[in-house]
Parts: sequence; C-alpha cells; structure tokens
Amino acid sequence: MRPLHPVSPGIRTVLGISFFVLFVAFWAWITLGGHVNRIFLADPLSMLRDGWRLLVEDRFWLDILITIWRVFGGFVLASVVAVPLGIAMGAWKPVEAFLEPFVSFARYLPASAFIPLLILWAGIGELEKLLVIFVGSVFQIILIIAVKVGSTRRDLVEAAYTLGSTNNGIVKRVIMPANAPEIAETLRLVLGWAWTYVIVAELIGSSSGIGYMIINSQSRLATGQIIFGIIVIGLIGLLSDFAFKAFNRWLFPWSLA
Amino acid sequence: MSKLLIEGVSRTFAGVRGGQPVKALTPIDLAVAANDFITILGPSGCGKSTLLRIVAGLEAPSEGRVLLDGKAVTRPGPDRGMVFQSYTLFPWLTVGQNIAFGLRERNIAQKERDAIVASYVDLVGLRGFENHWPKQLSGGMQQRTAIARALANDPEILLLDEPFGALDNQTRGLMQELLLGIWERRKKTVLFVTHDIEEAIFMASRVIVMSARPGRVKSDVAIDLPHPRHYTLKTSPEFSGLKARLTEDIRVEAMRTAQGQPAEA
Repeated sequence: MRPLHPVSPGIRTVLGISFFVLFVAFWAWITLGGHVNRIFLADPLSMLRDGWRLLVEDRFWLDILITIWRVFGGFVLASVVAVPLGIAMGAWKPVEAFLEPFVSFARYLPASAFIPLLILWAGIGELEKLLVIFVGSVFQIILIIAVKVGSTRRDLVEAAYTLGSTNNGIVKRVIMPANAPEIAETLRLVLGWAWTYVIVAELIGSSSGIGYMIINSQSRLATGQIIFGIIVIGLIGLLSDFAFKAFNRWLFPWSLA
Repeated sequence: MSKLLIEGVSRTFAGVRGGQPVKALTPIDLAVAANDFITILGPSGCGKSTLLRIVAGLEAPSEGRVLLDGKAVTRPGPDRGMVFQSYTLFPWLTVGQNIAFGLRERNIAQKERDAIVASYVDLVGLRGFENHWPKQLSGGMQQRTAIARALANDPEILLLDEPFGALDNQTRGLMQELLLGIWERRKKTVLFVTHDIEEAIFMASRVIVMSARPGRVKSDVAIDLPHPRHYTLKTSPEFSGLKARLTEDIRVEAMRTAQGQPAEA
C-alpha cells in the first residue's frame, strides 16, 4: 500500500462498517459458540433482549435522560466558568501569570478522586454529579482556550489597531471571533470527556442514571444489561458529537472549507 | 509644512541570548509632503518595514520621533491606514464587513457606513463580492479589500508594507495600476515599502533608497514621470534610465547584505 495515499469514500465506508461486523461476529462466536462462560459475558442476542426489557419494563429511558441532563448540566456549568477565564488568560498576560500555575496543577487532580469530598459537601444529589463533571472539565477547558487565544494571529491584531480599535475592541472584535471556532471545537472535545466523568459519578452513591444501572446490573451478573448500557453511552456520545460538529459548521461557515 | 516628519528615528533590537544588540535603523530623517507618493526601496532586512511600522505606531523608535501633522506618533491609530504584506483580512467577516471594520470601531452610524463601504467596494472593483468570505477570494482580491479597508477610514496617510509582494507578476502589475489610479483621482499621502525597483519607480513621485542594515537613506530620487501613468511607461527610455540608476544603487547594498558587511557610515 502506498503511504498517505487517500482512500475513496465508498471504500472508506465499507471498511469502517466491516470492522463493526467483524467485532460483533467475534463476540457472537465466543458467546453463542460456548467459548466463554455466559455468566461473564452475554451474547449479542440476549444483550438486545435485556436492553429491550430495560427500556420497556424498567423505564431505562428515564435513566438515560437523567444522565444526559447531568452531562449537559455539568458541561454547561464548566463552560460558563471556563470560557471567559480562558479568554481572559489568553488575552491578558498578567491574568495568565496569576492563574496559569494553579490551573495547570489543578487539571492533574483526578475528578474521580474528588467524588468522596464532593459527596461530603454536596450530598449524593444532582449537584454532586454536576460538580464531578465540572471539576473534571473546567481546568482542561480553561487551559486549552488560554493557549488558543494566546496564539491569536498577531497581524490581525495589528491590522485592527491601525483601523482604530481600542484594547477592548481588540478583545471583543478580533480575539473572540478569531478564536470562536477553536473554542467551539475544544468544547466538543471536552463534552466527550464529560461522558466518562458522569458514569464514574453515577457508579458511586447514585440511585439513577446509566452508571447506576450498570453497577446495579453487576450485582445481578446481568452482563447483557451492562453491555447495553455501555453501547447506549457510546451511541449518545457519537450522536451529540455529530450534532455539535454540524452546529459548529453552521455557526462558523467562514472557517471551514 | 510637511505632512509627515521622521526625525532622527533609529531602532536597535536587544541582542538574542546576551549577544550584541542589532542596529536595524541608523537615525533617519525624512520629510514627506502632503499628497506625495513615496516608495521606500531597499534590500531585504534593511529595516524599511521597521521604519514603516514605527510610522504606523506598531513599534516604538529607540531614538527620535515621528510627527504626523505636527503631532507625535505614539501608538497605532486610524489616521494611519496600513496594508500588510500578509493577508490580514478578518476571516470571520465578509468583504463588506471587513471594509466597514474601521468605521464600526469608530462608531460611524450604520447608514453612513454602508454608503462609504459601497463607494470603496466600487473603487477597488469588488462589486458583487461584498458578501464573500476572504477565503473565497484570490490573493489580489484580498489585497484590494485590504486597501479599501484602510482607505475607508479616510486616513491622513496610507502605509503599505510590500502589499503586492505575495502576488504573481501579472496580478502585481494590475494592482499597481489600480492603486496608482486611486491615488491619481483621490490625492492621498502614501508611504509604500517595496524591494521591487520597477514597482518603486512606477508608483512613486519620490523614491527613497535605503542602505543595507543598519538602514539609512542612501539616495532620494524625485520621479518626474507624467501622470496618469500607464503600464507602457515601464518600457519608456526615461523609466529605463531611472531603473538603471536605482538598480546600481540597490545592487551595491544587496551585495553588502549578501556578504554580511555593514554599510559604510
């Protein structure tokens, strides 16, 4: 194969789908073929059956909705705090000098390790779930945005000054619009991570949500349900990512080809 | 009284990692009359762009000062419009919005803004492209928009830093005629930096030749070719004579640069 040679869209789709097919086929072969104990791994068919029962009888869709709300709630909370701070850090160097060391330190604090503390502070209600996502996302967003804003094209800033912009005008009408698409892309990326944090938050001290269903199924050895839950998370993540991408493209027609 | 006065302006850059400080400009004096079209011609790295940036207020001189209409320049402002060599249109604004940018920053009313933008869109021949994004334009069209954007503020002086340097030869020739045509119709004081000898002569009422680094004014040549100028002027004997003379001037300096020797004091 020639390195770096592009592949046609048709072949790309076929190849992409065929891995899924192979994956499920292998899964079906080891489970239905009796190569692994069914207690540890359910086969694809019982996974679908369990999933259907979950949705119809156990009102699992309510858990799904609750998890989605937590992800978006925590994510919006983190964005509202982090985006202005990131822009401020990128634009004004004293602000960066003041906050950057702490934020760099804080972003290595694992969000999951905060869960016991957050439960102490906020109980096991919704606020605690939102806070886990908030802690996990906010420092990441701040830093990435600060770096992007800090590398705003200097020639655009200079051009704006020669056109009569004030310092505030530069921030509002050059730095912010110039970086808006990158900021939106950063948020899209971090939303993906938020899905990881929410499940962790729901595994501990929770009575609803996809993560709760998963930990609950473990005690009943319902591996079909666990796998169904994981797949649901993956599908929702994929869908929200597609939607976010389409939204960004619609919002910033000037930045994409 | 001169429109623009450059008085003993020099610029020294601090040495990198404890090295010797680099002298980019030796003290330069220059007086520019109103509505003159001055081209500053020099080899790469002679500090001609630095000089222009000092006039724009984007850099501070190490010594000396710049006076525009008798007022000292301390920072960039809308009275000194600038066109850069790199494409500096705001990619998130359409052609029309780019041209309106300076007017918006100065809180000109929407109605007046629209009228001004329309007139400059016509002036640079971009009617029909008002709603295009910069990325949809060719390099020449982008620089035309940039010229319109700078002129829309009606600046006291227009500064151009090798504005056609990134364009192909044919487009460059057309752009020269376009800019010169605008200048012939609407008089404006212009400072135009270039390393292209033909361009320097064709555009100018006066060519300032700068020496190799550290830059200083090597010669100051009045160009008395008649206006309006047509591209065929470039093949006339008078033009060739000027070109031969400036080529000689600039060649010595280019060789100095190439050999890394300082210019004679």
